[in-house]
Amino acid sequence: MSMLTLARKSVWNRRSTAALVVLSIALSVVLLLGVERLRTDARASFTDTLSGTDLIVGARGSAVNLLLYSVFRIGDATNNVSWRSYLALAARPEVAWTVPLSLGDSHRGFRVLGTEVSYFEHYRHAGGTPLRFAAGAVFDDVFDAVLGADVARRYGYTVGDTLTLAHGAGKASFAEHADKPFVVRGILAPTGTPVDRTVHVGLRGIEAIHADWFAGGPVPGLRLSAAEVRARALTPKSVTAVMVGLKSKTQLFNVQRAINEFSDEPLMAILPALTTQQLWDLLAVGEHVLLGVAALVVVCGLLAMMTALMTGLNERRREMAILRALGARYVQIFGLVLGEALLLTVAGIGLGLLLLQALLLLVLPLLNARVGLSIAGWPPSWHELTLLGAVLLAGFIAGLVPALRVYRYSLADGLTIKL
Amino acid sequence: MSDAASAIAIEDLRFRWQPTRDWVLDIPRLAIARGESVFLAGPSGSGKTSLLSLITGIAQPTEGCVRILDTRIDHLRGAARDRFRADHFGIVFQLFNLLPYLSVLENVLLSCEFSAARAQRAARRSGTPAGEAVRLLGRLGLTDPQLHRRPATELSVGQQQRVAAARALIGSPPVIVADEPTSALDADLRTEFVTLLLQEVVEAGSALLFVSHDRQLAAAFDREVDLRRFAPAPTPP
Repeated sequence: MSMLTLARKSVWNRRSTAALVVLSIALSVVLLLGVERLRTDARASFTDTLSGTDLIVGARGSAVNLLLYSVFRIGDATNNVSWRSYLALAARPEVAWTVPLSLGDSHRGFRVLGTEVSYFEHYRHAGGTPLRFAAGAVFDDVFDAVLGADVARRYGYTVGDTLTLAHGAGKASFAEHADKPFVVRGILAPTGTPVDRTVHVGLRGIEAIHADWFAGGPVPGLRLSAAEVRARALTPKSVTAVMVGLKSKTQLFNVQRAINEFSDEPLMAILPALTTQQLWDLLAVGEHVLLGVAALVVVCGLLAMMTALMTGLNERRREMAILRALGARYVQIFGLVLGEALLLTVAGIGLGLLLLQALLLLVLPLLNARVGLSIAGWPPSWHELTLLGAVLLAGFIAGLVPALRVYRYSLADGLTIKL
Repeated sequence: MSDAASAIAIEDLRFRWQPTRDWVLDIPRLAIARGESVFLAGPSGSGKTSLLSLITGIAQPTEGCVRILDTRIDHLRGAARDRFRADHFGIVFQLFNLLPYLSVLENVLLSCEFSAARAQRAARRSGTPAGEAVRLLGRLGLTDPQLHRRPATELSVGQQQRVAAARALIGSPPVIVADEPTSALDADLRTEFVTLLLQEVVEAGSALLFVSHDRQLAAAFDREVDLRRFAPAPTPP
């Protein structure tokens, strides 16, 4: 019977306390790793909102603002890009594709995006995943709409339903385009991005509902029916922003500079990945606080272990005195207590990993279906392993305190067994 | 009696636990021969426990020397002293001798875990250390094999003390030290325990240092030593 067996049997003898200690460490590990995984994956989801687009072009202003209204549907553009400039941009030899974005209308609190069919081809998220249709297909007619997953779920829309758009971004709008209803042609699968909360219509649709409008309101006395509007050319005068894909990444900075120096109109081109990163860094305080709280929970778990070990020590002084009398060395006694702390910590980490895995297996499909958030499962990342290493080290340190105490006891107790 | 024949030889020993505290022991000379059984009497506070700690090398003398079988145990370094204790001593405490989470048999065999020499001696006698443990338990009246597998704490106090004696005796260590092992037993069990212990000690050829304040037991031993003889002179105020 080795010292290890002795340690194992000794722990088993106090198994109810030991089980509680292991459980408290396990739960703190679940929280730590859970928060860490949510943090990194939320960050990845956020920065992956838009991928595959090299540049976003809009009226000159703040880069973060352009990103916010064009990709995240937050806030409004201060100015537009003229259709002529858009055509000039699209005609540049370095440009592979462009997708115009036209914002400014809404449907029951959800933003409406006027765009072209190519949007559904070029919009990529989560490392290059294209948009997928849960039902129906891309819009075809002027008054067709494609709904994001949240929009459809919130109001129970199915393909073939009709809806009306409203002017402006508010939830309760007084300027409805009620005379020109749209038909739901397609519904997108969840993506975990702002696309889920967007109503997509064709650029011509946006033009059509504003054909009898001027300066943000209907022109008095001018009423055009849907059929009359349909007969018109419906070429937009301007768009809000443009997504740009380049033929070669090496052209990126040249094209960006050329757009920023465009002489006809003050324009700005941003690198969406870079600006998204900057935006996330603004929000990073919260994520650090979250990780800090999780780390504190781990400290509490280990303190619980230290308390349990320290309380048990008085009872175990006898055990130690017997072992010393039998010829156990100081270092073995020391190792017995420290080994137990390590054993409990390792068991806690192992159980924590198992619990987290079970939790993820249970919750992941739900998360994926409801919010399109994908969290990585097994195996733990290097970063997580480092965190676990830190937990183990903390467990070692928490074990040192009672081990040193028992060492002192065994020096002071001599051959007597003090109770 | 020459020191070479001694199991324990103490010379000019003075001891106190801390430099600022009073002297606990002052022993000019005390020798116990190999195979001799000695009854060490003394009221509580007379330094019995300190003396046992010094003899077994758990405490170090402040002055003087402690020789066990020609080895200056006070000159051995920490780990060597622990190994020496494992090889040469069998120790029985007053109470709580056994590890509660081990079986009776495992408790007896624990001595062989820390001393290969004792494991070998036990095996030489009964084939295996476990065989020797069973034999000793049987000699001490614990014959039931089912009892050997039970957790030590399920036994009566009298049975526990006999298990502790078996653990001290296994592998025939040259010195057995017993620190008031009968104080928790009633009168009948006390005499029975001492008789059994002495029988086995004689058979193992070990020296026995038996500490007790119950002088009625002293007659069964080769010699009685009163610890009050070694009380240090009180320090002048």
